[in-house]
Amino acid sequence: MSQTLALIVVVPMLGAAVAALLPAGRLPWLLATAVSWYMLAAAAMLAGQAMDLGVLSYAMGNWEPPFGIEYRLDPANALLALLISGLAAVVLPFAGRSLASEVPEEKSPYLYGALLLFLCGQMGIAVSGDAFNIFVFLEISSLATYTLIALGRDRRALTASFSYLIMGTVGATFFLIGVGLLYAMTGTLNMADLALRIPEVAASRTVHTAYAFIVVGVCLKLALFPLHLWLPNAYTYAPSAVTALMAATATKVAIYLLIRFIYSVFGADFSFGEMPTVYLLVPLAVVGLLSTSVVAIGQDKIKRMLAYSSVAQIGYMVLGIGMASATGLTAALLHLFNHALMKGALFMALGCIAIRFGTSRLEVFRGLGRRMPWTMAAFVAGGLSLIGVPLTVGFISKWYLVLAAIELGWWPIVAVIIVGSLLAVVYIWRVVEVAYLQTADDMSRCEAPLSLLVPTWVLILANFWFGIDTRLTIGIAERAAAMLSGLTP
Amino acid sequence: MSTALALKLAVFVPLLGAILILLADRRPNLREGITLVTALALFALVLRVAFGDGAPVETTLIELLPGLSIALHNENLSILFAAVASGLWIVTSIYSIGYMRGNKEQHQTRFYACFAIALAGAVGVAFSANMLTLFVFYEVLTLSTYPLVAHKEDANAKRGARVYLAILLATSIGFLLPAMIAVWWHAGTLDFVPGGVMAGRIDPALGALLLVLFMYGIGKAALMPFHRWLPSAMVAPTPVSALLHAVAVVKAGVFTVLKVSVYLFGLDYLKELWSSELMLYVAVFTLLAASLVALQQDNLKARLAYSTVSQLSYIVAAAMLANEMAALGGAMHIVMHAFGKITLFFCAGAIYVATKKTEISDMDGLGRRMPVTFAAFFVGALCVIGVPPLGGVWSKWYLLSGAYDSGHALVVVALMLSTLLNIAYLVPPVVRAFLLPARDGDESPGLREAPLLCVLPLSLTALGGLAMFFLAAPLSQRLMAMFAG
Repeated sequence: MSQTLALIVVVPMLGAAVAALLPAGRLPWLLATAVSWYMLAAAAMLAGQAMDLGVLSYAMGNWEPPFGIEYRLDPANALLALLISGLAAVVLPFAGRSLASEVPEEKSPYLYGALLLFLCGQMGIAVSGDAFNIFVFLEISSLATYTLIALGRDRRALTASFSYLIMGTVGATFFLIGVGLLYAMTGTLNMADLALRIPEVAASRTVHTAYAFIVVGVCLKLALFPLHLWLPNAYTYAPSAVTALMAATATKVAIYLLIRFIYSVFGADFSFGEMPTVYLLVPLAVVGLLSTSVVAIGQDKIKRMLAYSSVAQIGYMVLGIGMASATGLTAALLHLFNHALMKGALFMALGCIAIRFGTSRLEVFRGLGRRMPWTMAAFVAGGLSLIGVPLTVGFISKWYLVLAAIELGWWPIVAVIIVGSLLAVVYIWRVVEVAYLQTADDMSRCEAPLSLLVPTWVLILANFWFGIDTRLTIGIAERAAAMLSGLTP
Repeated sequence: MSTALALKLAVFVPLLGAILILLADRRPNLREGITLVTALALFALVLRVAFGDGAPVETTLIELLPGLSIALHNENLSILFAAVASGLWIVTSIYSIGYMRGNKEQHQTRFYACFAIALAGAVGVAFSANMLTLFVFYEVLTLSTYPLVAHKEDANAKRGARVYLAILLATSIGFLLPAMIAVWWHAGTLDFVPGGVMAGRIDPALGALLLVLFMYGIGKAALMPFHRWLPSAMVAPTPVSALLHAVAVVKAGVFTVLKVSVYLFGLDYLKELWSSELMLYVAVFTLLAASLVALQQDNLKARLAYSTVSQLSYIVAAAMLANEMAALGGAMHIVMHAFGKITLFFCAGAIYVATKKTEISDMDGLGRRMPVTFAAFFVGALCVIGVPPLGGVWSKWYLLSGAYDSGHALVVVALMLSTLLNIAYLVPPVVRAFLLPARDGDESPGLREAPLLCVLPLSLTALGGLAMFFLAAPLSQRLMAMFAG
């Protein structure tokens, strides 16, 4: 039973190798889909256990932690594991038809091999309790991502992939330097063990340096403003299904890492007492979320618009982290989960449009309200969730963020959160007006195939489901926040 | 059927109706049949709630956040608003059929479906047992009416709908949401409780700030300078202007103002806040300024829209006076103004269907061709002005007593002045229609009324305004119960 914790990472890894050996065609896709569904089932089971028992632990090769590599699952990474596997299980069925139209068929074994490696890396980061092991998985998923982005059919995908490669490598290297310094000071790589030992040496400059390297490295990965420059191009030029999966999970995993290191490895006392983390994260988050929202308004390509919106939404999460309170952390974790649902759904809706028009430029949206009614309805619903209309997940996120800010008496931050929301109204409604109130020359119906629509709508309904029945998400997020911050909400 | 079940069904029946309307897309008679049946069923449910055993009932739909539920209750102010909105929906549905078919409008299925959803929103707002529930339905109402405002899909409609959505969403997300969360954080509850929940829990300095946020956050109450959405919404087909922008949507706004003032702040707490005085004068300014603007409008619907802005501020002012007499007047004005204003809009629509005329200056002499319509217009105007024997007189009576009681002489003067302005902008159209010769020289005898399905509803609502004069006493008795506790 506890092997599941290892299998959830090992199965996609082996699956990747098998997929790469399969003949081109539908088989690699079928395998990848099956693996993603296995991962979801495993993650659901593990999450249930983690909520019952508190913490699950698995010692790799039976080497006892802190000496061997430990896989460790508590409510915080249970939420993340559910998110990664859940999104993968929805996006992969969508990917079959969508990627077939965007990537040449003979590349499909490598394509799905890379996708599975990506999932393996993401899940590895989520469940591993070992800092160096996390670095390894970070590299695995990053390398897979570079490949996946480069598969986009626009040739600019290559430069986008290359600039992400450079930035991503810098980030990973910073992270590695930080981990190395910590190892030098404490002699351990196990994160639970690190958390115990760091306070003894917290006053040393080496630990301060390690903290700086790790935070900056992770912030590069999660695309915190102004380290976000790789993201808009990467999201814009990657194949649609890849963008959906990346936008929903990749930055979220990095956010989780940031939370894990700030709150549990270094501890809130060190991060917010000894280091000026608040003054680093909060201003950057605020400037980032406002400026990139404004930039999103001016975009002509809707995929790029949503990419900028993603950077803005990352600002919300980092803001929650920077508040250094249990409510703020709950808000960050909730938004991490909720934003994955909304952005995944929105990028999938764009994928539905891309399969018909091959682009997401604003002018192809003319008359789409009547030409692709289900796709556009999905886009509007996802947009409403992004804005934070009640009964969607976006509202729950906003509620907790504003609550956390009011709790601290940070009224200007309340205003910032609200203004960000209103800017989202502007950039979403720009598209809605074009789709519903303008007409195209050709008004024939061209709805996307069901194999794309069904997964898109599954995610849209999830936006409403988790916006109405919040027991699961809020329950996990509150427990995780309480555990990580050591405060009860 | 228990009251709790009736409350839940009242929200779900119109939603179900909307789905059925969408399914009956290609069969117009069936579709309109569904609208009428839904409207009747909804009204029956509201009546069931109104005339139940009277015991207070609260029923939870779902717990949205820990400790915060989507819940409905059967308090008297709620019943009043729900009854007005759902009762007038029946009449409006009949009118819509005449109007939409008479004008051969496009996208009628979308129109009827969104209308039904909007009614679900309005009834949800009415029966909300706490501020969160109210906010949820308030936003449902905003979003479901957007397609109705943008109905014509031309440049004009697009611009109007954009202003509509921008102001309503910006105020509700920008001011109302943070104010609500602040009350939740400081007071620990958002339930509507007689006497309010904020006294003793929230420092009056913060409370005063929250009051400003609430009053401007409730954009549907159209306090200046956030009133522009209401004239913009006039690009919608007239049945929308009539039911939604004279009754359901705008009254949802002032209903929320009353509900927040009486049940969240509590009148005694409200009186202590310095900003209640400020908002009172903002409301007084709005009611005078909007009346003056209404005088300048030649477009009949625009004039009625500004008149609505002005009348809404009566109710906000009533709430800000923070005494029982004034609040009672405000609550009654929700009903009285509803009957008057819906009649006026129905008439404007009937004139448009029959003659395609929208400007008052073109309507000279029209009274002889459309006597029923203009007679009803006159009755509606008198009701809004507040002349006996029409219902409007009672709400103004209570309102003036409330203002006098609390020693706000300036408010009394302003209300009097505004009544004169009401006469100045509502009576001339009738006088010109009956007494001046027709501009186009068309003196051909004979009636040219709008279709029966338009004329019948407007006659009914005009008679309703008359009936309200006699029904005011039982109404005010029931409403007094909202201060008990």
